[in-house]
Amino acid sequence: MNDVTKTTGPANAGPDEAGPQGRDHALPISVRSLTKTYGAFHALNDVSIDIRNGEFMTLLGPSGSGKTTLLMVLAGFVRPDNGSVKFGEREILLLPPHKRDIGMVFQNYALFPHMTVADNLAYPLKLRRVGKAEIRERVERALDLVQLGGLGDRGIEALSGGQRQRVALARAVIFEPRILLMDEPLSALDKNLREQMQFEVRALHDRLGITTVYVTHDQREALTMSDRIAVINEGRIQQVDPPRKLYERPETFFVASFIGETYRLPVEVADGKASLFGQPVRTDSPLGSNAARQTLILRPEMLHIDEGAPEADENQMTGTLRQSVFQGDSIVSYITIHGDHEIAVRSQHRSDRSLPEPGSEVRLSWLVQDTVILPGDGRT
Amino acid sequence: MLNRPATDTQVTHLQRLWLYVLCGLVIFFLIVPTLLVIPMSFSDSRYLDFPPESWSLRWYRAYFNSPEWLQATAVSFQVAFLTMLLATATGTLAAYGLHATRARSSRYMTVLLTLPMIIPVILLAVGIFLTFAPVGLNSTIGGLMLAHTILAIPLVMITVTAGMQNFDINQEMVARSMGASRPWAFLTVTLPQIRNSVMSGALLAFIISLDEVVIALLIAGGDKATLTRRMFLALRDEIDPTIAAISTLLIAFSVLMLTLSQILQSRK
Repeated sequence: MNDVTKTTGPANAGPDEAGPQGRDHALPISVRSLTKTYGAFHALNDVSIDIRNGEFMTLLGPSGSGKTTLLMVLAGFVRPDNGSVKFGEREILLLPPHKRDIGMVFQNYALFPHMTVADNLAYPLKLRRVGKAEIRERVERALDLVQLGGLGDRGIEALSGGQRQRVALARAVIFEPRILLMDEPLSALDKNLREQMQFEVRALHDRLGITTVYVTHDQREALTMSDRIAVINEGRIQQVDPPRKLYERPETFFVASFIGETYRLPVEVADGKASLFGQPVRTDSPLGSNAARQTLILRPEMLHIDEGAPEADENQMTGTLRQSVFQGDSIVSYITIHGDHEIAVRSQHRSDRSLPEPGSEVRLSWLVQDTVILPGDGRT
Repeated sequence: MLNRPATDTQVTHLQRLWLYVLCGLVIFFLIVPTLLVIPMSFSDSRYLDFPPESWSLRWYRAYFNSPEWLQATAVSFQVAFLTMLLATATGTLAAYGLHATRARSSRYMTVLLTLPMIIPVILLAVGIFLTFAPVGLNSTIGGLMLAHTILAIPLVMITVTAGMQNFDINQEMVARSMGASRPWAFLTVTLPQIRNSVMSGALLAFIISLDEVVIALLIAGGDKATLTRRMFLALRDEIDPTIAAISTLLIAFSVLMLTLSQILQSRK
């Protein structure tokens, strides 16, 4: 709890607290070739991932994708059929959960209802035979850390959802675990509280510097909070990248469609050059594949309706405006391309701008650097 | 009041009178046979008769002055206590295990463990007698304890399973992640929250053992005869109001225990 001390002011930081802390105290996680099957169902299918020291890593995927199974393997509650998990240099796959030194937060908080808030927080400290006076002090500090100072004597039933979440969070870090695992911890909260807690959880992580693995199915939450996101589907890791790269450079159709809104158009590739219905499409890096049939991935907010000729760094195509929908902060235009393909364009609402009439021909431009082309037609 | 409805659709008490009469009869036939022994036990007569012509405590004196009856009582309570310990431990663990596991086989295990409730006790008794004979468990406290535990485990299991329905197993996982071994997590997190159902299960186990007579008739001989066995034999040999006195004491004891159990349940 050295870092916690720091947050309560320099007065508490004694000379003995200069020891290992922050990112030195945290541990990297190295997962290799994890496989877990339940009957014929592959919950995890040859999963390998490296989580850096002090990193906030989010496992993002739909339900049943294997993200929670992976978290439970890290926690020690699920034993995989195969593979290796290392915390730092140490192989921990055979260690029981209570010897792994991890903090855990569950979706339903899993607070102990037969104990007070303070007793909940003291539980891991008592197990570590911390002295009574020190327990009291650390519990108080942890409560301050999550802005629940003075509520130690409350029963769990007397707390609101957000307060319970904070207690669960404080309980998971009070014993200075080296790794923090969170399983959809905010999904039971209402929207406003959830967004506020996202920042608080992230701030807590930054303050403690603890390696954090966070499971969610909410892409916005993942994009907001994470250093990196691992997108998981059908027991396989699809892509591991920082939020922005994941959004701008999806490597698979699943990632492209799971994060944000995407539309697909077929492109043909010959001699390393892509063309969309006969028009050339430029990319800022060579295509990853030479396959003839590939797919252009477009996001509505990357496109804009253009009057003039294309800029040097832009691609352009033409289409027919079918309909425009006013959504307050933005206007979404549905545009038919080459007869039977439809894409959407999102433009910011401006009162001085008028939109083309439905049925009229429009020119669409987008940046070469935003151009993502994936091999295949996306129907696997 | 009785026959004037407050609204058009209200059913008056008069219209429901038949229901009250029926319920009254059901309760009467359920309870009166049990209560009959109470006045009989205070009779001065040498035979079991009702209603008693004069009153005395002589049959209570006869009971408390008889070494055989007191010996049988001691056996019964020893067996009941040991049964309670064993059945509560195993029944609770079984309920916990079946709750914690998601295996499909757990449903079959539940059926298997509740089987002793379905099989006629007399069959069970014969089976137990034949199993115990070669290993010398008949007519021992240990043998009686094991036999009664078979009967008591399903009751404990059902009570504890009911108490566990609202328990969130994630709590135990959190405790384990914080450094508690699984047994310690069970003792400090799970058990305190299902304590009352475990205790009422224990009381049930105690009473089941104390009241049990069929198995005891077959396997509890000699100086290890239980109270119920001795009562049954006494009833056959001589019609002695001492039995009524003992029955009254047992009823008082059972009612006390069951009341305790109900109080514990309702405080869950």
